[in-house]
Amino acid sequence: MTVSRPAETPSVDRSAAPGNTTEAPGPTGRIEGVATAAAAPRGAATALGALGLVAALAATVVLAATIGPAGLAPADVLASIGAHLGLGDATLSRLHDGIVWELRMPRILTAAAVGAGLAICGVVMQALTRNPLADPYLLGLSSGASVGAVIVLVLGVQVALPFAAFAGALAALGATLGLARAAGGLSPTTTVLAGLAVSAVFGAVTSLVIFWSATSDSYREMLNWLLGSLSGADWPATALAAGALAVVGLPLLTTGRTLDAFAFGDTAASALGIHVGRTRTILLVATALLTGALVSVSGAIGFVGLILPHAVRLVVGARHRALLPLSALTGAIFLVWVDTGARTLFDPRELPVGILTALVGGPVFAALMLRARRMS
Amino acid sequence: MSASRRGLQGSRLRFVRGSQLVIDDVDLTVPRGAVAALLGANGAGKSTLLHVLAGVHAADGGSLGFDGDDLLALRRRARAQRIALVEQDAYTPGGLRVDHVVGLGRIPHQSAWGGDSTTDQAVIADALDAAGATALATRRYDELSGGERQRVNLARALAQQPALLLLDEPTNHLDIRAQLSTLALLRQLADRGLSVLAALHDLSLAAAHADHVIVLGDGRVVAAGDPVEILTPELIRAVWGVDATVLQHPTTGRPLIAFAPIASVASDEPSAVPVTAAP
Repeated sequence: MTVSRPAETPSVDRSAAPGNTTEAPGPTGRIEGVATAAAAPRGAATALGALGLVAALAATVVLAATIGPAGLAPADVLASIGAHLGLGDATLSRLHDGIVWELRMPRILTAAAVGAGLAICGVVMQALTRNPLADPYLLGLSSGASVGAVIVLVLGVQVALPFAAFAGALAALGATLGLARAAGGLSPTTTVLAGLAVSAVFGAVTSLVIFWSATSDSYREMLNWLLGSLSGADWPATALAAGALAVVGLPLLTTGRTLDAFAFGDTAASALGIHVGRTRTILLVATALLTGALVSVSGAIGFVGLILPHAVRLVVGARHRALLPLSALTGAIFLVWVDTGARTLFDPRELPVGILTALVGGPVFAALMLRARRMS
Repeated sequence: MSASRRGLQGSRLRFVRGSQLVIDDVDLTVPRGAVAALLGANGAGKSTLLHVLAGVHAADGGSLGFDGDDLLALRRRARAQRIALVEQDAYTPGGLRVDHVVGLGRIPHQSAWGGDSTTDQAVIADALDAAGATALATRRYDELSGGERQRVNLARALAQQPALLLLDEPTNHLDIRAQLSTLALLRQLADRGLSVLAALHDLSLAAAHADHVIVLGDGRVVAAGDPVEILTPELIRAVWGVDATVLQHPTTGRPLIAFAPIASVASDEPSAVPVTAAP
């Protein structure tokens, strides 16, 4: 009974060829180029941007699958995908085909789904709590989800995994918001501090459960749950993450106008015809549900929900109808590349991907903090 | 009470917060085409009453109609298509462009999906124009001055195409020119047929610009009617606890209220004291 969903490390990837330390071309460079807030596009520009990002995501999936030991070309990747989708004959060796289809594809697609989902959660939470620092990780949802997931894995009831993670995320959300409210209101500072306390406790519980139950390398498992890792991602994990994204994430993408209504506060939203209390509850529970499902396959990957919405906001402005879909796509691309870095930078050793997202996210968090201070 | 009268008709409105009756049996009327001022000391319930009228707070009793329709029975969205509220000191969002802020006013008229229709865009342009904010359209809202923000807030409210416009201290923090132009704008809107109800602190400003004043004290209507008749030294003494002389404006003839300085900070509290004649 080991706790091992995101911790397993496939062996073929590293035995196939010696170290190939391709640097992950971070998509952040693409974002920082156009930092004008006024350039907010109307519907057509958003659609065009989304189309471009879809193309970039497709290219990302194919390119990322070529990176790593085995020296594959994009054509090899396309051949493998084509063969498995019944579009062509298998031309690749079984080993290479296995690397593409059994190891890299599920991992890349899971990363894309997790990145998109976390970015959506970040946008929704930032809008509803009017807190620029809101993110599933910082408010403790991810840690809560980890606790739920780890407990279920220890008990050996895999089927309940996403539900337990959801329950954990919901409990953490309730604890954070309840604590913040009790401590004087949902200001950004109070909420983040409450999230810190909740994260610490839930993180400790996760570690305890793993330490108490694990038979093998409990430290690595702990790290994978606490920092997040996609190294165990297989097709069932992809199905779970993509399914959650389809069932919860896509409906959230349609809430742009509602989130816009919250821009001037609860009273203004209410005067615009929004049922404020009910809307906020439903949408926050939805983010807990999505976070739970994602964390159950990836562990608690931090800062994705924080960085991406802010980066996209710099380019397209604060309107949620554009921000939601574009953040989702950018989040998908971002996490695929960061995870590619995580599995190749220190090849043959793997980094938990959360280390890299935290390396990017920490400075972004600091910048936001400084800007919030300057504006207040 | 004729239900068919045009404009806002509230009767015996009540609102309870916790165990406290904050709005107590309030009757009020704001006909179409009229500017009404809601007056009263801090904490008298002006903002709360505006929130009840806007549907932000659900009334705990009484009736509320507009042009004969029962507002309390309307769904939130339908209500937001008729009533707009300009808040005092609303939260200021970052990163939104002025025309997008004004576009928020279209939300009650839009479905969840799709962009702004050509109608939406025309209404937004009209609203910006009416509020004198067209030149600000592509600026960032959080970089505007207080007076500019107030014009944009008004434009956002107008984009809702309301029949009733509620404003909570719209002249707060504005310089005198911005105050006067805000009130001139409210008059223009009333002339277009809107009912306008604005909570105000400046009694002379209210007397100069409002057709009606409604004076609140402890959640009740203390007095209502023509400002010339209502704003007497006795009432001002009773409601605000200050001594005032009501003069006449040399050119407009409207009431102009001059206050006597308060001798001691710990002077008597208003309201509970019986009405006494000013010296």
